[in-house]
Amino acid sequence: MKRLLPLLLAASVLAGFPAVAQNNAPTLNYDGDVNFLKTPNDVYLGEVGGVAQNSKGDIFVYTRTGHPFMTLGGSRYFMHGGSQLFQFDRNGRFVRELGHDMYGFMFANQVRVDPQDNVWVVDQMTNMVIKFDPQGRQVMLLGRKAESVNVPFRANPGVAGGGGEGGGGNAGPVGAGRPQDIFDRPTDVAWDSQGNIYVADGQGNSRVAKFDKDGKFIKSWGHKGSGQGEFDNVRSIAVDAQNNVYVADGNNHRIQVFDANGTFKSQISNLGNPQAICISPGANQMLYVSNSNPPGDIDTAGEIYKMRLDGTMVGKFGRAGRMAKEFGTVNAIDCRTDNSLLVGEIANLRVQKVTLR
Amino acid sequence: MKRLLTSTCALAIVLSAGAAQAQLKATITGVPEIPFTTVPNYVKPPANEYMGESVAVATNSKDHLFVFHRSSPTSKLYEFDQNGNFVREIGKGYYGFEFAHSVRVDKDDNIWTVDEGTNMITKFTPDGKVAMVIGRRPPAITGPAATRTGPNPPDQKYLFCRPTDVAWDPQGNIFISDGYCNNRVVKYTPDGRYITKAGSEKAGKGLGEFNLPHGMQVDQKGNVWVADRSNFRYQVLDNNLKPIKEITNLGVGWTACASGGAHQYMFLSNSNPNGNGPGTWDTTGEIYKVELDGTVVGKFGRPGKLAPGFQVVHMMDCRDPNKPVLGEIESWRVQRFILQAGNTKAASAR
Repeated sequence: MKRLLPLLLAASVLAGFPAVAQNNAPTLNYDGDVNFLKTPNDVYLGEVGGVAQNSKGDIFVYTRTGHPFMTLGGSRYFMHGGSQLFQFDRNGRFVRELGHDMYGFMFANQVRVDPQDNVWVVDQMTNMVIKFDPQGRQVMLLGRKAESVNVPFRANPGVAGGGGEGGGGNAGPVGAGRPQDIFDRPTDVAWDSQGNIYVADGQGNSRVAKFDKDGKFIKSWGHKGSGQGEFDNVRSIAVDAQNNVYVADGNNHRIQVFDANGTFKSQISNLGNPQAICISPGANQMLYVSNSNPPGDIDTAGEIYKMRLDGTMVGKFGRAGRMAKEFGTVNAIDCRTDNSLLVGEIANLRVQKVTLR
Repeated sequence: MKRLLTSTCALAIVLSAGAAQAQLKATITGVPEIPFTTVPNYVKPPANEYMGESVAVATNSKDHLFVFHRSSPTSKLYEFDQNGNFVREIGKGYYGFEFAHSVRVDKDDNIWTVDEGTNMITKFTPDGKVAMVIGRRPPAITGPAATRTGPNPPDQKYLFCRPTDVAWDPQGNIFISDGYCNNRVVKYTPDGRYITKAGSEKAGKGLGEFNLPHGMQVDQKGNVWVADRSNFRYQVLDNNLKPIKEITNLGVGWTACASGGAHQYMFLSNSNPNGNGPGTWDTTGEIYKVELDGTVVGKFGRPGKLAPGFQVVHMMDCRDPNKPVLGEIESWRVQRFILQAGNTKAASAR
């Protein structure tokens, strides 16, 4: 029964999924290449949390792979492993692994590259945001990994926090988090033109946390709910050229748009389960949104929308599935080149290169 | 009184063990023994490497052998050439490997693994790249959970609970037996979309119900053979998973193998139980060679810690029906048998 409860909850969430959230959107023609990335024999992508390109076209993939494990420490267990960060060149050839055996890598959720080509990783289980410089050196950390897991285990902890310091936690309204860089299952990161950092926090908390470019906490906004400025499962975040902040509010089936101070401006509704969003660069910015299917189901949702920043629909493409041109729980979209996307999939353990015609 | 109670308990245990053994023992009689030899020292792992529980074996069209074994720190998939020489490890560090249960090779030489630790069924291309995944590893983010007790949660179309085996019909539809905590067989399209199922999360004894469907094969006609282990039987289902018949006289129903060749046979193993209990070597451990209509052609093999005995055959490859390959749980061993075709002798009394 203890295990049953989360399943029932999951089922009730599934029931709320619109099969296709935007029925009237025109269908876009596209190609999908599932073999674009070439991995060496002993490198396997697992569930792809994030994929992102830098200005030179280098591709970074943060993936749940390998074997997460626990070590025994008397009354405490210590958790390690389970995710890796790989770099490929612009042609999809494998270059190297970054952060091998890194303490903060356990459950990959996102990788993004900032305008200076720094590489940022968001880990949902260690509750950490890690900044690498373009050479791959670790230069800044936000959050702290929980020290350990207490024994006996909680039936469904939901959060990797546990014994000792670090990990998630709340103060005030549910999901508001603490006014600091202690996250609860963070999912994504973005920056404005001043280099301020916005962390989507996340699946445990229901807030956006803002830091200055040096990592100093500025403010956070939001808590769990469905009203304006409230969130239920913050899945993804992006900032446009005017410093508007787009927040994918998964279980509310919408994207909320805020100014850089967190003041609500507008929302785009009926997006199913917006799990990955990306805003393309350039003068005519486009917003890509994935209505991702749940990892355990390919009979619902799965399409990606292309729209203008005001929410006007350009079109949609794809559906849930396992074949090329189908998607298995998209968790990341890279749209550095408009109409040429890199799509990271959880259920299919792959990155698919999508070219819109 | 104390002593009496103890001895009564002991008697009860012996009696129940006896009852279980009676179910394990095949009731069929008069089956001819098939004479055999074995390939000495068939599989040669790399120097200083040891294979763990060799639960899964399968050959491809070039007679290369794949062994999916429970090793450290996780399960490993090894490829050997036709002479048993080590070729490579596939899936090193792969997210879908924790606790091996089955490996099978399809008609295009793709390699499919069934891992009951991650609940993932993975299709690897012949060069070892992941081509398709069905099922999902329980995400680590949900943390360690207490081992479940009580009824199984409802089965789901695309998620598994300790799945056991995979097979394909001639059209390429995918069949998955699932497993230790569901009790069902599920049919998918070649693209991995759900079609239908037999059974559910609940164990049952009726036709079309299962209690630990442990091994599965699809024959040339598209019928599905299921080793229904804890029901001590095999079930044969049609292509849409409607039950056709049960086979109850061949012992426990541990695993099944559909042979290659123009004339197809089914090999069915009455594997001796884990644990080497008293008397089990005398009543179990033989493998039956069966026509698709159920006629038993012969049997071979016996339990034993030392080759050519087997200590719990977990899976068989029989692409060449005269050269079956057997993987064992408790002896961490893979053996290749050479059966003398069409030259059987009368069964020795058991």
